[in-house]
Amino acid sequence: MERPSWAPADVDLDQPSVARVYDYYLGGSHNFAADRAFAEQILKVMPVVAALARSNRAFLRRAVTTLADQGVRQFLDLGSGIPTVGNVHELVPDGKVVYVDHDPVAVAHSRAILADVPGTAVVAADLRSPAEVLAAPQVRGLLDFTQPIAFLLVAVLHFVPDEQDPAGIVRGYADAGVPGSHVVLSHAGLDRPLTPAEDAAWEMYRRSPTPLILRTRAEVAKLLGDLTVLEPGVVATHDWRPVPGAETAPEGDAFGCAAVARKD
Amino acid sequence: MTALSPTPTSWDRPHRAAERLARSWSLAIAGTSYVSMNGLEVQDFLTALASRLIHALTAETFDPADVREVGSTLVAAHFTEPTTLERTVAVLSEQFAKAPIKRVAEIQGALAAGYAQALRDRVLDEQEEIRTAALWARARAEESRRVSEARFRAIFAGAAIGMSVSTVDGQVIEVNQALCDMLGYSADELRLMAFEDFVHPQDPPVAAGMYDELLSGGRDQFRIEKPYAHKDGHQVWTDLVASVIRDEDGEPKWLVAMFEDITERYLLQLRLRHQALHDPLTQLPNRTMFFDRLAELLTGADDEPGSRVGVCYLDVDGFKVINDTLGHDVGDQLLQTVARRLARSISGEGQLVARMGGDEFVVLIERSEGTGDVVAVAERALDTVRAPVHVGGHEISISASIGVVEQPLHGTSTGELMKAADTTLYWAKADGRNRLALFDAERHAREVTRYELSASMPAALERREFFVEYQPLVRLSDAVTIGVEALVRWRHPRFGVLGPDAFIGMAEETGLIVPLGRWVLHEACKQAAQWHRDHGDKAPFMSVNLAVRQMRDRTIVRDVQAILEQTGLAPRRLQLELTESAVMGSGGEPTEALNALTALGPRIAIDDFGTGYSNFAYLRHLPVHSLKLAGSFVAGLRPPEGADPVDQKIIAAVIGLAHALNLRVTAEGVETAEQADRLLALGCDTAQGWYYASSGPASSIRF
Repeated sequence: MERPSWAPADVDLDQPSVARVYDYYLGGSHNFAADRAFAEQILKVMPVVAALARSNRAFLRRAVTTLADQGVRQFLDLGSGIPTVGNVHELVPDGKVVYVDHDPVAVAHSRAILADVPGTAVVAADLRSPAEVLAAPQVRGLLDFTQPIAFLLVAVLHFVPDEQDPAGIVRGYADAGVPGSHVVLSHAGLDRPLTPAEDAAWEMYRRSPTPLILRTRAEVAKLLGDLTVLEPGVVATHDWRPVPGAETAPEGDAFGCAAVARKD
Repeated sequence: MTALSPTPTSWDRPHRAAERLARSWSLAIAGTSYVSMNGLEVQDFLTALASRLIHALTAETFDPADVREVGSTLVAAHFTEPTTLERTVAVLSEQFAKAPIKRVAEIQGALAAGYAQALRDRVLDEQEEIRTAALWARARAEESRRVSEARFRAIFAGAAIGMSVSTVDGQVIEVNQALCDMLGYSADELRLMAFEDFVHPQDPPVAAGMYDELLSGGRDQFRIEKPYAHKDGHQVWTDLVASVIRDEDGEPKWLVAMFEDITERYLLQLRLRHQALHDPLTQLPNRTMFFDRLAELLTGADDEPGSRVGVCYLDVDGFKVINDTLGHDVGDQLLQTVARRLARSISGEGQLVARMGGDEFVVLIERSEGTGDVVAVAERALDTVRAPVHVGGHEISISASIGVVEQPLHGTSTGELMKAADTTLYWAKADGRNRLALFDAERHAREVTRYELSASMPAALERREFFVEYQPLVRLSDAVTIGVEALVRWRHPRFGVLGPDAFIGMAEETGLIVPLGRWVLHEACKQAAQWHRDHGDKAPFMSVNLAVRQMRDRTIVRDVQAILEQTGLAPRRLQLELTESAVMGSGGEPTEALNALTALGPRIAIDDFGTGYSNFAYLRHLPVHSLKLAGSFVAGLRPPEGADPVDQKIIAAVIGLAHALNLRVTAEGVETAEQADRLLALGCDTAQGWYYASSGPASSIRF
């Protein structure tokens, strides 16, 4: 007779994973058939998604570089996913970076890649529990909480519904940092109604194990609470401090916005 | 040999050329792949590669290896999208349009080959990496699962509380040792059992419903207190928590139950509850349980209109004497016997026998059909108590008194019902014990009124609701008023003017007669003094009644003396009317108070003479001045057709003897001229009654 199992569920490679789907959007091969099938479904109705993913990575790069220029040397990358190229530790070689994700495969992969990279650590945790993340020994061991920390929430909070208090999550991290710490945030969303194609893509995400929550810029601004939003504010992802003449905006609307905010 | 360029000058400045190519190239491939470089960085990156391509274009001999490396460098920088290659090839065709087509094709081929090779390697590497990561993650999950499983096993096996895992069909799959110990079955035996085997008649009624909800997915958990039958037959009470475990689709798959053995606590609770509701001496239900049950009935009264209730309030006659003389042990045993007998003889459905405390028991009869029902129960109770009791070598004959109340539930209350039962028990006692009395609402109402009257008397005295009237005492020989009798009245706010009969008895019982009598005496003396001042010796003397209770009060002599002094009334103008029992000590001697009063100067009259001992022997030793013949004798003289000869002879004898003792005689209750004539003929001195005048205010007295 079959008996119940009391342990956590298996690593199920037949289910698409947010991290691996994102990798596929970025042209990576760190993914499996189920991830690719899901990604292709989305791309079929909204090809711009791949460009958006790139736009997000480019924003991450610009934001991290900007903060590094201002002297921030510690980064907590929340929902870091599968490391491809242009990872935070590559952008700030002398910084300290902790990558956090709850996808066991993403975590295992990150550990493999970062095993020999000094100044980095990987934590398997759910970013929705700031207390748990901040209490992780790797976080406590690597980051100095008396010095500014940049909390990176890039393209992740749109997986956190309002019931789970995304603003509270942002606050949870910001509260842990000293003044001069920053929150780097990018988020999917639109300030106009969805087109049928967009709605179809969104619907696919909504029915997936990781439903997507679209938020307007005003709603995203609210997530930042009383932090001081740096210029140019909450703007289209590719409009956040672009390098002049260096990058081309993706075609069509920006399907998301971004901001960097400072704790004073 | 130089390159086969048609316009060699265009390549003589290779750096400029490389920059130009890179510009076109970067424009062509911008946005095709994700790279971690901004536009300027891409430009620099491509410029370096463009130099190598231009070198390959212009070199004497074509080295495909270097161009392949350009292709692989693109992939290394994450220009991994095929579109990037497609556009790169197109840009080269365009930019190298004037170069020999063969060399251009060689360059394009080598670049594509290097690109494809690198991309294949990269894809294979990344696939390898991610697969390794997945395996690793799986292994870790497996490991944590194994640890978790082991941890659970340890908890399951070693837990102090019983645990079981079952299928949703109710088939037991796993049990731990604690549960085996708790129920007395081996694990194998329990595994052969299904849920139905654990259903117990004493299961809480809600259990089945909660169980169904659990299986239908309506709830995830329930908690109840539930008994199980131990293998050896005894009952095991458990605090049961049952939870459902769902599969990936959310369907209930397993039931996990945890059992805490609470048998001891349960039994203790039962015992405490029993103790709280039972009398420790007799084990009968106690007053708490009785009142709880009665309150329950009253609460439900509205649901059952017309339903009636009966209460028998029983008290063992003379129990205190038994207790005092034979000791408490005997008393306790007697009560136990009575309790046993009552419980045995009155055990019908809806009949509750309880001990109220002391020697009082009560029977509650629910859904009474009428008074007869309840009286029958009370009679049975009296009978069963009457049989002699053998206790500690004594044979004790006992009896009981019972107050019986039977009435509709609707409109009554616990308080009213019990007060009625208590009152009725008192009637049974007062009527001579060893009997039952049936509640009589009218009698009860009268007693309540009487009680209210009695209770309101002190306030009435303060509020001056009492007033005094006077009735003339007339000399028979010439019908002249020579005295008056003071009579107290109560102007009651609710009942109107009440005569002394309505309240003097109560005042004597409560002792209020002392202040009331003092007040009446004061009023009367004041009035008599006024008359005397106004009319001199023509004024009537004042006759005031003193009750037995007043005579026994230590302050009476002082009070009379003070009042005489305050009002200035000459003592000889005051006559005090006393009953025989008030003037006589227990041995027939004059009381001390009487002697002292006499010494003050007032005259003393024996009131209602003929109704008490009427002992002439003592009269001669008493300081008494006159007798007042009781109205009942005088009534015998009333009939116009002729007086009752016996009464007439008695009156004649009394008058004769009184005169012999030098006592004056007054006749009360004279209502007709015949009576007055006959009394005069018999030698009576004075008379009072309606024939002359009824009582009235002082202003109505003529003399």
